[in-house]
Amino acid sequence: MTLTDQATAGGAAVAPESTDIADLGTARPLRADVWRRFRRNRLAIVGLGFVVLLILVALFAPWIAPYSITDRASGQFRQPPSADHWFGTDNIGRDMFSRVVHGARVSLRIGISATVISLVIGLALGAMSGFFGGTTDTLLMRLTDVFLAIPYIILAVAIASVVGRSENSVILILGLTGWLFIARIVRASFLSLKRLEYVEAATALGFSRTRIMFRHILPNALQPIIVYGTIAIGSVILAEAALSFVGVGPQEPTPAWGAMVAQGRGSLSNAPHILFFPGAAIFLTVLAFVFVGDGLRDALDPKLK
Amino acid sequence: MTSFIIRRLLLIVPTVFVALSFLFLIFFALPGDPANLIAGGAERNIDPGVIERINERYGLDEPMTTQFVKYWQRTLQWDLGDSFLTRRSVNETLGQRAPNSIRLAFWAIVIEIVVGISVGMVSAIRRYSIGDRFTTIVTAAASAIPVFVLGLVLQWMFAVQPNKHDWPEWARLRTSGIGPDSWAFFVIPTGEQWRYLILPAITLASVTTALLARMTRGSMLEVLRADYMRTARSKGLRERDVVMRHGLRNALLPVVTLIGLDFGTAIGAAVLTETTFSWPGIGSQIVDSVTARDLPVILGLTLVVVLAYTVVNLIVDISYAWVDPRIRLGKGGQS
Repeated sequence: MTLTDQATAGGAAVAPESTDIADLGTARPLRADVWRRFRRNRLAIVGLGFVVLLILVALFAPWIAPYSITDRASGQFRQPPSADHWFGTDNIGRDMFSRVVHGARVSLRIGISATVISLVIGLALGAMSGFFGGTTDTLLMRLTDVFLAIPYIILAVAIASVVGRSENSVILILGLTGWLFIARIVRASFLSLKRLEYVEAATALGFSRTRIMFRHILPNALQPIIVYGTIAIGSVILAEAALSFVGVGPQEPTPAWGAMVAQGRGSLSNAPHILFFPGAAIFLTVLAFVFVGDGLRDALDPKLK
Repeated sequence: MTSFIIRRLLLIVPTVFVALSFLFLIFFALPGDPANLIAGGAERNIDPGVIERINERYGLDEPMTTQFVKYWQRTLQWDLGDSFLTRRSVNETLGQRAPNSIRLAFWAIVIEIVVGISVGMVSAIRRYSIGDRFTTIVTAAASAIPVFVLGLVLQWMFAVQPNKHDWPEWARLRTSGIGPDSWAFFVIPTGEQWRYLILPAITLASVTTALLARMTRGSMLEVLRADYMRTARSKGLRERDVVMRHGLRNALLPVVTLIGLDFGTAIGAAVLTETTFSWPGIGSQIVDSVTARDLPVILGLTLVVVLAYTVVNLIVDISYAWVDPRIRLGKGGQS
């Protein structure tokens, strides 16, 4: 198969079934095609809308939140939702709405930073493993086996108990434990891509291996990584909430959603709102990222559906 | 087959060795002096003499290599050390906690298999029906809701509300603890016991049940299109036999691996469920020990969890190889 053949084959695969003969001549950029298919998925659009809303809330948190995260309304402990305090107040009289809004910042910051760390490590190790093969591959894959043998929440809790409990250590822990699957996905793509003719052509042209790995192979291996990365942000936020819930996340007064749920645990019978609002925030955020990730997968690879 | 099992067994040894050595080094080689922890934590000003005596007692003043060798000597004899906090041996704690974790896990797995497979199967057969759509939404939701939030919401609905509104006594479920220690055949709750067990079991099962249902549905949909299904129908078999004996059996093959992979997720969920319901199992003990910085207990119990995880994955791999000859013969393609 020559390069042109491949391009045509690829183009035919993304063309919609109901295309008019006249349309076939006009080339559409891949991006537009992906967006058109993504848009048709209602859940993915709802998810995307929520993610955008969340990012806006996180960016403008100080302007949206009516109170500061540490302000205590005197004597108003565990108040149910009211006009003054939309989500009520917590155990020590702080405004829950303001804390949930600021919590979006904490969750997104951790979710995105940790995912970026995982992506960088996973990409580098997975690419090396798949491209070089041989001993490098065996060693790196054995390394992922070792880490996969430790259930990651146990690993995270264990590391957190030693390196301390702060936002940065949570980012490090989740970033350093999250790359395993990414490395495997990247490795699998590299294994199959490195055998293709265009890589052979690039090698024949005398390009360096680094250039071939990152300029020629990587762009073609990006699709599953984008999908996985999106869903991973949601999973990291879920994991961060779990770590905060068991007490090894960012410490007071940082408004971590998981820690707020843990606080509500004690007043389940008289103030369920304390756990309900942050709990719902975690749930909706994770769900939104899953929907966007699923939508992206279907849009990027129509054959999969 | 034998060579596959041997190869797989040999792989376990270095994996477990490196994983545990890694955890040991994290705990005992990183800054954050263990002796300081035993004496009460970094916040207090501790008499250097006390630190010295602690170091001597636990051998913390020896070179790291000596400590490391000694750790493995002890571990290989299944001596997991003593708690820094209570001085009780980790083995004793393990003996108390492990049965509770196993009981909870047992019921969660029963729920997972019964509900997950049947829901997934029905969903696939009645594709695009209202029930199928409902299942799709519920399974997506179940994998996004944090285990501890689900646990607390269930507590609120089935334990707090019944008490507030004077529901009959039997309908008031318990929010925490394990209740009277009354079990028949090790795992079957008797008397009051089920009121303590049912909510944590459902909570723990939620995540993996959703995954299993989704996986079964996908796998079943593929199988339903297979040629042998048409053959089975044209032979004049009853629809029930076609679906159950020809369909479900084949659909469950890929699902088996998932159960193994899921075990890691399930362990995480177990830690959170046990904490949420104050269920006295291994998971809640690990969290308590992390809070108390009781390193030997964390390390010892983690060792047990890693071993359990490895063994489950081994069993899954072997059973999968047993049913699928392509893997056994090493022709399953690149892993």
